[in-house]
Amino acid sequence: MVKTVTLVSLCLVLLLGCSTAPQPVLYQRLGADEGINAIVDGLLFEIEHDDRIVHHFADTDISRFRAMLAEQLCDLSGGPCQYSGSTMQESHTGFNISLADYDALVEGLIKVMQRQQVSIADQNALLALLAPMYKDISYR
Amino acid sequence: MSYRLILFMLCCWPAIAVAGSKIIATGGVTTIEGNAGGGIVPWAVINGYASSDEWGVTAFGGRVGVNDFSLNSAGIALSLDNRWEFSYARQRFALESIGGSLSQDIFSVKYHLAGELLYTAMPQISLGIQHKRNLDFALPAAVGATSASGTDFYLAASKVLFHQVAGRNLLLNGTLRATKANQTGLLGFGSATDNHYEFLFEGSAAVLLNYNLAIGMEYKQKPDKLAFAAEQHWRDIFVAWFINKNVSVTGAYVDLGHIAGQGSQTGYYLALEATW
Repeated sequence: MVKTVTLVSLCLVLLLGCSTAPQPVLYQRLGADEGINAIVDGLLFEIEHDDRIVHHFADTDISRFRAMLAEQLCDLSGGPCQYSGSTMQESHTGFNISLADYDALVEGLIKVMQRQQVSIADQNALLALLAPMYKDISYR
Repeated sequence: MSYRLILFMLCCWPAIAVAGSKIIATGGVTTIEGNAGGGIVPWAVINGYASSDEWGVTAFGGRVGVNDFSLNSAGIALSLDNRWEFSYARQRFALESIGGSLSQDIFSVKYHLAGELLYTAMPQISLGIQHKRNLDFALPAAVGATSASGTDFYLAASKVLFHQVAGRNLLLNGTLRATKANQTGLLGFGSATDNHYEFLFEGSAAVLLNYNLAIGMEYKQKPDKLAFAAEQHWRDIFVAWFINKNVSVTGAYVDLGHIAGQGSQTGYYLALEATW
């Protein structure tokens, strides 16, 4: 029993030790501007090849979308940017983005992050920032 | 029956097609009662990968083996719109050391009321109904059960919290069940001295190590209505491997307590699931 408790405590200390060590902000962990631009470009590629959602982007100004998304990810992840685009509600009104559309985009993003070998922990940290936008983006 | 189903699933492997749009693992696995969840606790998630305006089919076969008993279950579910889940499961409980077996059918419906597992602050909340019918009622009647069929109602709340344990996502689920079932219905429903619904708690916690692998534990509170033997709470520790959106395998160590007067029943659970 005492042995087990010691072992469990040791594991906890190891786990917590890792997570409380000073860590660069997510923006740096994603590879700063270069890493974020690569994620955005990868996501654009995924959208372009995803029949489920590509139609939503038919009238999108892709170069502006690309710049705004990169700026937003930089801002959200603690980088030296200030998102200057419109709110998520504004930019998605009229598109009637469904749960399936949102799932498809998240799946695309995951694919890109896996391909770019972003660690699982950093992927989850970014997803934690993006997932709650569902309420502002969907069914508008 | 479950072996035949597993064989069928393996034969169909090459023909398996693309599943729905939901993110891998977010349909959970299928419980021994045929509902999306863990191994023994139904969750608020809807089976398979059908997102909004999509539909999906899930089939599973599983086996619990403990010291004096085994339980084979197999079933099929239809999911619509990430909103409705209709399922059927057949269970065969073999009394390995006493001899004989007990079977039951379970017809279930689950309705996703509110929240989205991944995307809303509010947990995903679902309401479920399970209608169970004994196929062999002689033994349950002999040990004091009053009815060969019964209906359970449950309310489940499930939530994935991102970046929680060493950066991994954490799934939490709590389920409140109203039931009269003795040993989940395998020993019938109610008894002469206690034929009322009881509210019981079931809970699960799982860490998603990556997109394909989850480890977790479950706890299921149980009623104790039959005088002939004490019924105890169930628990398990599980590993679920989502090979892809079409196939998952679940393994668990289970502790089912005392069953029908037979001492501490511990053992394994193994299940295979296919999703289209």
